[in-house]
Amino acid sequence: MYKIVRKKELNPTVTQMEIEAPLVAKKAKPGQFIILRVDEEGERIPLTVAGTDPEEGTVKIIFQIVGATTALLNAKAQGEYIQDFAGPLGVPTHTDGIKKVCVVGGGVGCAIAMPVAEEFHRLGAEVTSIIGFRNKDLVILEDEFRACSDKLVVMTDDGSYARHGNVTVPLKEMLEAGETFDLIVTIGPLIMMKFVTLAAKPFGIPVTASMNPIMIDGTGMCGGCRISLIQDGKRVTKFACVDGPDFNAYEIDFDEAMSRGRMYTDFERHAYEKTCNLLKKG
Amino acid sequence: MAIIPKKNEMPTQEPKVRARNFNEVALGYTEEIALAEAQRCLNCKNRPCVEGCPVNVQIPDFIAKMKTGDFEGAYEVINATSSLPAVCGRVCPQEKQCESKCTLGIKFEPVGIGRLERFAADWHNSHATEKPKIPAPNGHKVAIVGSGPSGLTCAGDLAKKGYKVSVFEALHVAGGVLVYGIPEFRLPKAIVAKEVETLKALGVDIETNVIIGKTLTVDELFEAGYEAVFIGSGAGLPNFMNIPGESLKGVYSANEFLTRSNLMKAYLDDPVTPIMKGGKVAVVGGGNVAMDAARTALRLGADKVYVVYRRSMEELPARREEVEHAIEEGIDFRLLNNPVEILGYNNPENPRDPKNGFVTGIRCIKMELGEPDAGGRRRPVEIEGSEFDLDVDTVIMAIGTSPNPLIKSTTEGLEVNKRGGIIVNEEGLTTRANVYAGGDAVTGAATVISAMGAGKTAAAAIDKALMG
Repeated sequence: MYKIVRKKELNPTVTQMEIEAPLVAKKAKPGQFIILRVDEEGERIPLTVAGTDPEEGTVKIIFQIVGATTALLNAKAQGEYIQDFAGPLGVPTHTDGIKKVCVVGGGVGCAIAMPVAEEFHRLGAEVTSIIGFRNKDLVILEDEFRACSDKLVVMTDDGSYARHGNVTVPLKEMLEAGETFDLIVTIGPLIMMKFVTLAAKPFGIPVTASMNPIMIDGTGMCGGCRISLIQDGKRVTKFACVDGPDFNAYEIDFDEAMSRGRMYTDFERHAYEKTCNLLKKG
Repeated sequence: MAIIPKKNEMPTQEPKVRARNFNEVALGYTEEIALAEAQRCLNCKNRPCVEGCPVNVQIPDFIAKMKTGDFEGAYEVINATSSLPAVCGRVCPQEKQCESKCTLGIKFEPVGIGRLERFAADWHNSHATEKPKIPAPNGHKVAIVGSGPSGLTCAGDLAKKGYKVSVFEALHVAGGVLVYGIPEFRLPKAIVAKEVETLKALGVDIETNVIIGKTLTVDELFEAGYEAVFIGSGAGLPNFMNIPGESLKGVYSANEFLTRSNLMKAYLDDPVTPIMKGGKVAVVGGGNVAMDAARTALRLGADKVYVVYRRSMEELPARREEVEHAIEEGIDFRLLNNPVEILGYNNPENPRDPKNGFVTGIRCIKMELGEPDAGGRRRPVEIEGSEFDLDVDTVIMAIGTSPNPLIKSTTEGLEVNKRGGIIVNEEGLTTRANVYAGGDAVTGAATVISAMGAGKTAAAAIDKALMG
């Protein structure tokens, strides 16, 4: 059992928790993820590590309440326990030799993008962060990004806060004005990462995208998290849990990944509604 | 007394009934049948059956105890060399091992050794009340990576000798393939849990949610005072055929399909982990895992389940009893067929059509058997122009796995072969001092009993190395 040491609501749909898991806290690096189960009968879900405190032995996770399991997790109070917490899994974000980086985060993906931006900042790289949200109420981690970014641009889709538009708008502006980066790291909805990649392509800047496919064991056993890369015209199968979650974005078949992500939409909707009803009854 | 030429049949659930439930198929011998079957053993002098057992169970001795009705005594004989008797009695391919060597089998059907072993183990589990004696500690610590059949066997053998054994398991429950892979109807989870409890009672620690290679490295285990490490991390990433359509929705690896159903209990009525149920299903492959996947799909409510295998029934590698059960249950074997493409739905008019990207069928080509290959099996050859389509909604790829890469990538000095299997000598020792390995992590996908044999060999080697 793993204790929820602290819990904080970042916005009405996004929660931050710090979980007591000393072995994971000692090892986890930005870009890696953990697998958790809320209770004895729960499903296994992957969540990217949003920070660690190795001395206290805690791991920070930030999650959006999108389905049954995240609703159950959110129903747990500070001081309560979750059943299982295993990690760190996946390969850490590649940072070697990067002097100037642009981190592009979208929605709850910013929770993963933030520790990546922090890590680059800590290593002395010049960090530009572009973070986008649907509206003002959903903005998270703005202060944290400001603290680790040399330049920060905040966007909202509906213009209710900061700049109006999506994250590709300022990215394109910068690139067209002659700005250049050693690397662009994008983390967020697949459709956003696809368009960030397309925006960067004419400028020949390397882009990595953090993939978050459906996973079960997360340890390189089931193969459910497979994604297709196109390498030299050939389709190559990779597994996000052991080969990723970061991949060269120019090689990713985003359309296929989006289609695979919708495999269980009906089931998930039903499970979420059932869980919400149960939680309401309390 | 005249010899009864045939093995006593094992009572089973009716095929039509069991094809729609997850309860165990084979119900086990009654006491009466067990006594009768035990009488068939000739107790011959040269004991060839023992040679056929990878874990060296003293078969004639346990059967001799059974003949007198001493079932607990029979269990003790088995348990002296096997840490998982109730498991082996159910999942071993006895027809290729002990029973294939049985002297009685020269003229008649061999003794039903597996069935008798199962009876003895089940009798013990339902009658025994005494806790096993914890052996006197010998002061040495050994770490085991993975709680599947090889790891549990290695742990059991060492614990019985007084070692302090810790087993590290990446998943949330112990048992490895016995819990995520082999389905309830063939190996009830309660049986596995019972065997694990028996090991815990011997003093074995089981740490779940620890991924060796990630949470802790092999080097850190040595730093923590473990004197030897056994790696039984099991099968790794599933193989695919690299044919078009394998990323369509509805294509599973057998590992994923079985993990969803077994480990995550997607077979329950209102599960928390989703799985595709019903419709028509094609399972590609001919091993035990393919049989498990096909029969699981049927029990999840499939209207039709095909097994597509590129060779003929004669070469089909699955355990014979499972194939017979699958046929009885109505699984449709499409032999000498090989998939060339998986077909999917695509509505060009509407890219948002929710059916887009789901499987609609599998295109296969007919095969014939040609010259034997290096391994002596006749090589299947495509018959040109013989392609045909099967309408299916789900395709399950059960064509093997490659060993898990996590430990290799974080352990210096641990060498693997070109297939990714850890290289070991005949004692299970790897290229790294005091690090041993066995099971699928070494061999690639194989059987429970061969993994147990490897765990046993390594336990003996570890004991020799540490105690001299």
